[in-house]
Formats: sequence, structure tokens, C-alpha cells
Amino acid sequence: MPRPLTALIPRLREICGDDGVITDPHRRRTYESDGLTYHANTPGVVVLPTSTEQVAAVVRLCAEAGVPFVPRGAGTGLSAGALPDSDGVLVVTSRMRRIVEIDPADERAVVQPGVANLEVTRAAAPHGYYYAPDPSSQQVCSVGGNIAENSGGAHCLKYGFTVNHVLGLEVVTPQGEVVRIGGKAADAPGYDLLGAFVGSEGTLGIATEITVRLLRAPQKVRTLLAAFETMDAGGSAVSSIISAGVLPAAVEMMDALSIEAAEAAVACGYPPGAGAVLIVELDGPAADVDAQFEHATRLCREAGAFEVRTADEPAERARIWKGRKSAFAAVGRISPAYIVQDGVVPRTALPEVLGRIAELSADSGIRVANVFHAGDGNLHPLVLFDDAEPGASERAAEVSGKILDLCIEHGGSITGEHGVGVDKACQMPEMFSPADLETMDLFRSAFDPAGLANPDKLLPTPRLCGERPGIRKGVHPLVAEGAAEQF
Amino acid sequence: MTQEDTVANPETEALAEGGAVVREGTPGDAAAGRAPRYVARPPDTAAASALLAAAHRRGLTTVMRGHGTASDWGAPPERCDVVLETTALNGVEHAAGDLVVQVGAGTPLADLQAELAAAGQRLTLDALVPGGTVGGAVATGLSGPRRLLHGPLRDLIIGMTAIRADGVAASSGGRVVKNVAGYDLGKLHTGAFGTLGLITSVTFRLHPLPEALRTVGATAPNPETAQQWTRDVLASGTVPAAVELDWPETGPLTLRVLLEGAEGGIDARARAVADLMAGSGITEGRPAHWGVLPGEDEDTLLKVAVPISEVAEAARLLHEAAQRQHTTAAISGSAGAGVLFAALPASAHAESVDAVARSVRAAVDGSLTVARPAPALADADLDRWGEVPGLELMRSVKQRFDPHRLLAPGRFAGGI
Ligand SMILES: Cc1cc2nc3c(=O)[nH]c(=O)nc-3n(C[C@H](O)[C@H](O)[C@H](O)COP(=O)(O)OP(=O)(O)OC[C@H]3O[C@@H](n4cnc5c(N)ncnc54)[C@H](O)[C@@H]3O)c2cc1C
Ligand SMILES: Cc1cc2nc3c(=O)[nH]c(=O)nc-3n(C[C@H](O)[C@H](O)[C@H](O)COP(=O)(O)OP(=O)(O)OC[C@H]3O[C@@H](n4cnc5c(N)ncnc54)[C@H](O)[C@@H]3O)c2cc1C
Repeated sequence: MPRPLTALIPRLREICGDDGVITDPHRRRTYESDGLTYHANTPGVVVLPTSTEQVAAVVRLCAEAGVPFVPRGAGTGLSAGALPDSDGVLVVTSRMRRIVEIDPADERAVVQPGVANLEVTRAAAPHGYYYAPDPSSQQVCSVGGNIAENSGGAHCLKYGFTVNHVLGLEVVTPQGEVVRIGGKAADAPGYDLLGAFVGSEGTLGIATEITVRLLRAPQKVRTLLAAFETMDAGGSAVSSIISAGVLPAAVEMMDALSIEAAEAAVACGYPPGAGAVLIVELDGPAADVDAQFEHATRLCREAGAFEVRTADEPAERARIWKGRKSAFAAVGRISPAYIVQDGVVPRTALPEVLGRIAELSADSGIRVANVFHAGDGNLHPLVLFDDAEPGASERAAEVSGKILDLCIEHGGSITGEHGVGVDKACQMPEMFSPADLETMDLFRSAFDPAGLANPDKLLPTPRLCGERPGIRKGVHPLVAEGAAEQF
Repeated sequence: MTQEDTVANPETEALAEGGAVVREGTPGDAAAGRAPRYVARPPDTAAASALLAAAHRRGLTTVMRGHGTASDWGAPPERCDVVLETTALNGVEHAAGDLVVQVGAGTPLADLQAELAAAGQRLTLDALVPGGTVGGAVATGLSGPRRLLHGPLRDLIIGMTAIRADGVAASSGGRVVKNVAGYDLGKLHTGAFGTLGLITSVTFRLHPLPEALRTVGATAPNPETAQQWTRDVLASGTVPAAVELDWPETGPLTLRVLLEGAEGGIDARARAVADLMAGSGITEGRPAHWGVLPGEDEDTLLKVAVPISEVAEAARLLHEAAQRQHTTAAISGSAGAGVLFAALPASAHAESVDAVARSVRAAVDGSLTVARPAPALADADLDRWGEVPGLELMRSVKQRFDPHRLLAPGRFAGGI
């Protein structure tokens, strides 16, 4: 342990108590990575504060000593955003798990950052409300982590991302000051710091209290599953639904390989022979949903769907979603190792890009399964390989990287929801010019002139670049535990 | 050399170097009473970069102008050497199939909407003053009634390019609706009144034009009832696009609920809303003057944001505070989103405006800002912003983007 850190330990204990400071190497190692286990670093020291005051005192101490700190929520991030610094302090919010207030009259909830996403909905449900952003890790991932990653979920096509649902933040700045931005009311005066903080991946400070918008639970939800012979046909159904002015809550798509994997794993019973399935979910006022549902069904048939199943009851809907929700885990079972990519293309470029991915796969002999959020063009190609085979992991990484290049070529993004973190910091220059990045860095330094908040994340640094995207083996541990679904 | 009406001098020469058309300023060019020395109109973004870089080198302050319909919003700039006219930075690139548009900041909003409407789409902004530009709307950051369902203006922006005070152009976001790569700097420029840079192009997400519209309106006997109706309508699951409150100086308070959606479902939804509001009537389409700010052009305009359960109470407080100052308030705004505008007549003195602002600020859990003072109060010593949480961070952001305070200095919150 480096000296400045050793000197800090007694003072950290004073702040967080003995049980709030972890120095034991074995226990520290349990925090060595987030959901992207390929990147790992044992943190210098781990603290588990219970209040804003403790977080602020810890950060002030880091600022005085010039020691870096890394915020961490539940550690489910998929871009190594919470990768610890071995010479720094890992500030974990897992003991800040209080729902401060559920306020149905104002349609707001106030929570501490360690509260799990789904707990907000659970607490709001008795009042007829829910918290809209629904990442598939929602049983475990923290609201603070969601803020940092601007997380989305299957329903963000209609309801937007975390940034559209956050009204207020209490933030501990990298200098250790406590600042409140916004609250239950909209439009706080001045620059929109709130909007810029969301998605900042822990590099601008630590969110210690969060005020979110609650939405009224929809009157009605209806789901359809349409089977197509080809991905092209499925893709054109997506286009025609969106351009017809139907705004579904979710539009999800799977290709033959992922359908096959899901069938083998959970016997989801999707129509045999499908080259693509599309799941379309509509929600809202009952009368509206019914009208739009007929329309969407017709458009699927016109695009060549050979079978359309519909579901109105929760149990039936769950059956439709089952294959989709188990797809990632299922693919994990049919391949010894795989890389999950997260890229975005304009919806209209989907057919073209999917075709190019198929070519890439054929040329390299590396299988790629496509399971994705079709409505907003967010691809999650799973690049499958056998890590026992010499050279396979390199080839897979290459295919995965080329998929990202395709996204950029088509005017898309290198990440739709998993964030940049460490994993994609070196790809940022492919999407942004040096001037863009320099300007982003100016903004960062306005909050953190000393560069102590989650250094080496989000923006490329010379020290970092040259590493390959993360590789995972088997089923994600959280999925295996049944604590999260990945889709 | 591209100059009009200007005797060449080293300053105008420097400003025109990159191709901008430069002329001398006139009193008619004044931004909140500050007449500029020069007005410069860059023909494209490269010229805009060169212009800002030249102004930067020479220590000249710049104030941006679209069509100038909101040039008296915000505090008067401390100095204004150059007015930069954005109107040539126009152009629309509509990706209809993706429901996305990239548009030059100087494009008139009306032109943009007309082009989108021809493809059955819209940028969901309300009843804009004719003549405003896209850049002006984004830089003032105002959102109308339909923010309730579609979010405030900033939620519709997915990408932006802006030029910094030193002339460096930088983009953030992108052209896809889902994207979390990098900081979302477009958020900072939205509502910043041009104090962080010149917005040159904005990419928006669009919505399809709705098949059907209905408005359900009723006069409330008292503010409590209006509040209860708002609550009931929001909780009804009918998903209104807007819930607007309108409470003029004298006369009753009206609540109007706008529904948008499929033809097949809209009447049932309208009836469900009407059942919640005693004495209500249903009309097709949107009422005239929908979303228009209250009062007259010369009035002092206040903006009040509160938690949604306190909207009617805030409106009552505004009326009472105005009365105590022997003036009146015309109030309208989004009951559903908790954002109201109040117009105090141009005759109201600065002390009265300040007193109204102070008493409302003290009573609500939100904010009150003086969006636009009456012309007579342009230079009055008004507390326009109230308390600005995070002001030190904002100053720090300004310091990084514009260290010499060359972009509309003093115009923004906290004297930024
Ligand atoms: C199985 C699985 C499925 C997933 N599905 C989705 C999905 O559908 N959509 C999606 O968007 N993501 C998904 N993710 C990714 C991940 O769950 C999200 O990014 C989530 O928001 C991370 O939350 P966390 O609490 O685990 O954060 P962590 O992983 O602990 O941290 C993530 C980042 O947030 C920062 N951070 C954490 N807390 C704070 C705080 N209080 N203040 C400031 N910064 C903070 C960290 O420094 C780090 O940069 C999935 C992950 C897994 C493992
Ligand atoms: C009486 C009145 C009523 C209004 N009603 C409404 C309404 O109902 N709904 C609504 O949404 N808006 C309303 N507005 C606001 C305003 O008219 C619009 O926002 C309009 O779009 C502004 O455009 P403009 O081109 O006229 O802006 P300008 O007046 O030219 O500029 C406005 C501000 O933005 C800055 N600016 C302009 N362009 C740029 C740029 N490219 N980059 C950076 N900064 C820039 C200017 O410096 C100035 O501070 C109203 C304004 C007034 C005065």
C-alpha cells in the first residue's frame, strides 16, 4: 500500500467507523472489478460510508492528500467504470440504501444512491406508480450507478433514459463539498449541471441523494411476438412500425442463433424455423393501446411475419419475454467464451449493418449472435469463441472491434447503455475529434481540476490505450445467481 | 473584403478575415439596451469559428443573435462589442426514417416545423413566437405545455455542435437517440443564453404528428379544485400531453388538458378526463393561443417552478403578492409539470417586482426567475435569479469555456 494511503487509513476509520473501512487484502479483492471482470485491480482501500457527511469527509481527505477515489454502486457496470485504483480509495454506496421519501402527490421519490433500481418501483407500486428506467440488472444495480451511466432499459424507446427521470441531485464534488442541484421542482436556474452530471461515470463527484420522477403505471400493456423468415423482414417491420407513428414501449429482436440458444436453454417455444423474432410491447391508455396494437400487428404481417402471437395477461407476456430475457445467458451456454458488444446505429441502417455483421462472421469463422433493442438501434452482438483455441480470442476481439467501426461508419455510437469506462476510452477518438475530447476534458476539469475523481475513465489517456475490449466466460455470475437478467 | 457600411479598420478587418460580413452596429441592434460596435454575419461555421477566434484575440465581447425575439431575456450584457448573427448558419437534414433531424442554429423554427410536418413529423415544441431561430430557442431553453409528456426541450436534443469563445468547434452526443458516449455538453448550452459558446447545429429527436387531438377544459371555482383536478387527471392513466393552467389578472382560473393519440382511442380518453373535471367541455384540436406566454410583450415576465402539488398554491401566492404591491399578475403555465409564467404589467416598479419575487421564493420549494424584465427595468437592480444552487460549479464551467468572459458577460445567473 502506498504511503499516502497508509496515512489516510486511521482518519478514514474515524470517518466511517472500523466496520466501514476495508483494508484486508482478501476482502479488498472482492471489489477488484465490476461486471466486466476482464479488467481487475485490487483497490488500495475500500470505504463503506453511511451518510453524505461521511462521503464528503472521505472525499475531502482524498483531495487534501491528492489520492484518487473511485465511486462504486453495485458493481454491475459493463465498461469497467468502477474499476478500482490500486493506489486509491474505493467509495462504495452499498450502505446508503434508504428510500428517503415516496411522494405520490408530486410524483417524485427521493433515494440514497445505493438503493437498487427495482426497490424504487417496489416502494412506489402501492401508490400506483413506478420508476421508468429499467436496466435488466435492475434487481441489483444502484440508482447512483444508473445516474453515473445514464442507464436505459428495454422500455427506454418510449420512456427515455435515466437523465429524463432525474430532477434533483445532492452531489459531493471532487473537492468534498456538498452541492444540491434541482429537487422536486423542474428547471433549476443556471446551467443544466444536473443534465450534464448524469452519464458522467463517476468522474464529476459522487451522487449522495437523488430525486427521481415516478410515472403512473399504464392502464394497459399488450405484447406481441412476430416470427419472420429473415432478419431483413424483421428489420423492415421495425422501420414500418416506427415510421407509421406507433410508439411502442419496447421493440426487441433476436436472430436465429440466439433463438436456438434460448430454445435449448429455457424452451421458450418460439415459432420453429424463425430466422428472426420481434417482440413489440405497447402500453398506455387502454383505448390507445388497442388501436395501436392492431396497427402494429398488421404492419408485422405486411412485412412478412409468418406467425404473430399476442399476450395481454402478465403470465402470457412473461412467456413471450422469456426467450428474450434469457438470451444472453443462453448464448453463454452454447459458447465457452464470448464478448458482449454495445453499439448503436440509426434504425434505418439496421438491415445494412446486420448484413455486414453476418459477412464479418462468415469471413472470420467467428459466430455472432444478435439480440438487441431494435427500436432504438442499440445492438448487443454476442461474439462467440472458444478461448482454448489458439488465436480465437484475438480474432473475436477483432470482430467485436469491427462491429463498433461499423456503428461509427453508419453515424452511430460506440455505446448505447454500457458506458465508456475504461473499456471504450480508447475508442472515443473514433467517434469524437481531438477538439471534442479536449472540450469534454475542460468540462471535467471544471469539476475536478486535480483529476482525482475516477481517473482514467471515460476519456482516453495515453497510459490506458492499447488494451482490448473485455472478454467474458460462461454465464454472468449475477445471472447465474438469478439476481439479474441480461438482455 | 466582405464589408458593408463600414470604414475598414484593423478590428473590422480582423473580424471579416474568415469571411463574415461585418458592418457597424446601430441602436436597432442593441441587445437589452447595449448597442454593439459591430454586427457580424458569418456565412458558415468555419467563418463563425474564425470570427470568434478573431474577437477572442482582440478581447472583443460577443453576443449571439438569431432573430432577436428574445434579446431582452436575461440580464443586459456588461459589454457588447460584436453581435454575431446566426441566420446564415442554417439548413435542415431530416432523417425521417430515424425520426431525427440535424439543423443549423440559424434556421427559423417555423421553417423547420413546416419541413417536418410535410413528412408527418414534428419537433415537439409549443407555439413559438414566429420568427425565432432554432439556436435562439435552444439558448433560451424554454419549454412549452407539452413538456409534460415529451419532456422539456433539453430532452429532445441528442447532439450539438458549438463553437467556444476561442473559436474551437466541438461536438457532443450524436445522431442516434440512444447514446451514452462522453459528456453531454449539449445540456450545458441549452438555456445558457450563449454564454458558453455559439451553437451552430443541433440534432433533435422527433415525434410523429399525432392522429388526433382533443382539449378538455373547465373553469375551476377555486385553486384547490384546480389542484385536485390536476392530480386526478395525472393519476387517471389517460396520459395527457399537457395540463395547462390559465389564471388572468381578473377572472376565473381555467384548466385545460390536451390529449394526443390514435383516432380510435382519443374520445374515450377525453371523456374519462372530462368526467374528472366538473363542468368541463371537450373540443377537437388545440385552443387558439395555446401555450403562449401570459401578458403583453412589454410586461415583466417571471418564471416559477414548483413541485406539482403546489402549482395552484404558487399561482395564488403570485396573485396575492402582486396585489400587495398594488399591481396585478397574469398567470399561465404547465400545472402538470409545475412550471408557471407570470406577467406583471410594464408599469410595475423594480421594487414591486423584487418584492413579489422575494415573497414567492420564500414560500415555495422551487425557484422563481425574472425571465424578461419590462423595458423600463432593463437596467434596474433586480435579483433576477434568486438563489442559484451549484453557482460555484457554474462559474468554474464558465471559467474553463470562456476564461476572459467574452461571451455575453453578465447576462446569466449569478453574473456569469
Ligand atoms: C446482467 C447485466 C445486465 C445489464 N443490463 C443493463 C441494461 O439493460 N441497461 C443498462 O443501461 N445497463 C445494463 N447493465 C449495466 C449496469 O447494470 C448499469 O450500468 C448500472 O447502472 C450500473 O449500476 P451499478 O450500481 O452496478 O454501478 P457500478 O458498476 O458500481 O458503477 C458504474 C459507474 O457508476 C459510478 N458510480 C456508482 N455509483 C455512483 C454514485 N453514487 N455517484 C457517482 N458515480 C457513481 C462508478 O464510478 C462507475 O463509473 C447490465 C449489467 C449486467 C451485469
Ligand atoms: C414575448 C416573447 C414571447 C415568447 N414566447 C415563447 C413561447 O411561447 N414559447 C417559446 O418556446 N419561446 C418563447 N419565447 C422565446 C423566444 O422567442 C424563442 O425562444 C425564440 O426561438 C428565440 O429565437 P431568436 O432567434 O429570436 O433568439 P434571439 O432573441 O436572437 O436570442 C435569444 C438568446 O439566445 C442567444 N442565442 C441566439 N442564438 C444563439 C446561438 N446560435 N448560440 C448561442 N446563443 C444564441 C442570444 O444571445 C440570446 O441570449 C418568447 C419570447 C418573447 C420575447
